[in-house]
Amino acid sequence: MRRAFLILVPYIWLLVLFLAPFLIVLRISLSDPALAIPPYVPQLDAAEGVWPGIVNLVSQFDLENYAFLTGDDLYWKAYLSSLQIAVVSTFLTLLVGFPIAYGMARAPVEWRATLMMLVILPFWTSFLIRVYAWIGILGTEGYLNQLLLSVGVIDAPLAILNTNIAVYIGIVYTYLPFMVLPIYAALEKMDDSLLEAAEDLGCTRTSAFWLVTVPLSKTGIIAGCFLVFIPALGEFVIPSLLGGSDTLMIGKVLWEEFFSNRDWPVASTVAVILLLILIIPIILFQRNEQKQREMDG
Amino acid sequence: MKRFALLLAGTAMATAAAAEEVRVYNWSDYIDEDLLTKFEEETGIDLIYDVFDSNEVLETKMLAGSSGYDVVVPSGTFLQRQITAGAFQELDMSKLPNAGNLWGVIQDRTAQYDPGNAYSINYMWGTTGIGVNVDKVTEILGEDAPIGSLDLVLNPANMEKLAACGVHFLDAPSEIIPATLAYIGEDPDSQDPDVIAKTEETLMAVRPYIQKFHSSEYINALANGDICVAVGWSGDILQARDRAWEADNGVEIAYNAPSEGALMWFDQMAIPADAPNPEAAHTFLNFIMDAQNMAAASNYVYYANGNEASKEFLVEDVIGDTAIYPDEATLENLYTTTPYDARVQRGVTRLWTKVKSGT
Repeated sequence: MRRAFLILVPYIWLLVLFLAPFLIVLRISLSDPALAIPPYVPQLDAAEGVWPGIVNLVSQFDLENYAFLTGDDLYWKAYLSSLQIAVVSTFLTLLVGFPIAYGMARAPVEWRATLMMLVILPFWTSFLIRVYAWIGILGTEGYLNQLLLSVGVIDAPLAILNTNIAVYIGIVYTYLPFMVLPIYAALEKMDDSLLEAAEDLGCTRTSAFWLVTVPLSKTGIIAGCFLVFIPALGEFVIPSLLGGSDTLMIGKVLWEEFFSNRDWPVASTVAVILLLILIIPIILFQRNEQKQREMDG
Repeated sequence: MKRFALLLAGTAMATAAAAEEVRVYNWSDYIDEDLLTKFEEETGIDLIYDVFDSNEVLETKMLAGSSGYDVVVPSGTFLQRQITAGAFQELDMSKLPNAGNLWGVIQDRTAQYDPGNAYSINYMWGTTGIGVNVDKVTEILGEDAPIGSLDLVLNPANMEKLAACGVHFLDAPSEIIPATLAYIGEDPDSQDPDVIAKTEETLMAVRPYIQKFHSSEYINALANGDICVAVGWSGDILQARDRAWEADNGVEIAYNAPSEGALMWFDQMAIPADAPNPEAAHTFLNFIMDAQNMAAASNYVYYANGNEASKEFLVEDVIGDTAIYPDEATLENLYTTTPYDARVQRGVTRLWTKVKSGT
């Protein structure tokens, strides 16, 4: 009984917070735009009962919006460019995040709680304000350019704001804690005697790092990469604030479809495809993990 | 960005509600803020005032329903679409004694969008044209720079030279596409997708030289001298002129309605069908229609209004400026547009996305 309940809880969670909203979006993606409140047809007409109403509703669905999307290269370019930005920034976040997590895990035990707090500290300020702060830092007249000009590293201000470089900086900065924390959790659990054993068996420090530390923190690295990659792919705020008009990201296209074009069905279609693009790698990843476990077992 | 912040503000607003308050959603830089305080003092009603800078964003909120606002200010064609969608309630004229102040000439024109003016009152109206930093533009293009013509901003030869000093366009396809049609000699109010498609070539040719598509930043950018040309709304550009005067920074801004014809638009105050406080909304509309209040607003933002009684309170700077209150000759050169249907709209917005993003 208790076990059934425990299994039920995550399913209810999934149903309420994922499946129900997803079905609403899916339904809009199969509708047509209309000048009405809300701005799409068909609507559920339950005058002849709920069930005939639903049947009638479903019979009017079509895949026109999906055809529209495939026929227009804007969306594919946006998806690909989002993928590229997400992959590159995940990699950069890993490059920055791993040494931080490693340093934290190697630090004396009494420091670790403080270091952990320092990583979490930025969350105490609104995300929006922190991204706005980067506008002040990266602008033509911003602090970074002023600093570099005064030191004499550059002669003319660098154009960073409103380019993809600013978007990368914004994403790496924002999602760094999501990378650091899982890697730290994995590294902290690692038994130091394993490294000693590796060195006793003739490993250099570097090869011990690659042969012992990295494989043992693999779960943390993979978790961190997913925690960064998934939100980065659909990111909207950072490219709108820091990116230029040439920064093509699917989150921005979605916003435009919804607010500027007022085309909810196409916006929903873009969202459904974005979700599919995200779900496929997650499923593949899990299959792979399972196979690995079976082979190990 | 700004749009996003507004969006957040808007959703937060919609959840709360209190007794005597009115929530107004108006365009940015579009009122003398002293009037807001005056309204609260006179009526005892709490006024919550939010701003937007795009008809499209307003329409999204209206069509989503439950916006939480009591008064909103769409422009004519957008108003017409939203009335069709059932977004607004009819005004109760018995609660609007100041409606007698309205100007028949403007009422006749706005009836095109809102038959019988049953759902809305005119707040302000103006034209879409070109603002220039006179010194910089004449320095680049010479004394005979075509500052009164769309040739300035739609001819790549001119735009190429102007690009370095900065050109902004409104982020509003419903205004830029009619202007481009006028420039290439087509009917600006064309609803024919093939005719509209002809604008693509012209717009794509000047696109690389446009620094930004934005509908509110250009006021400050022009005034500061950060940019030298903006395709924007008459009053906004005149506000930029005024801000430059005040700053005494040597920047001289001029506004011209293009000689090829200029879009004349009307911003209408209306009450959403699901407004939480329609009573207070009527009180606000009546307050705005008071001759002195309306004059104060126009004197502050440099837009003409649809209130005949307010004319005697307008300063000479406003009533005497043909860029704001056009004379007969200028009026003849103004055109109005009608809303696109859903199919044409999709083509228009796709074209606009292409112009903005390059793909």
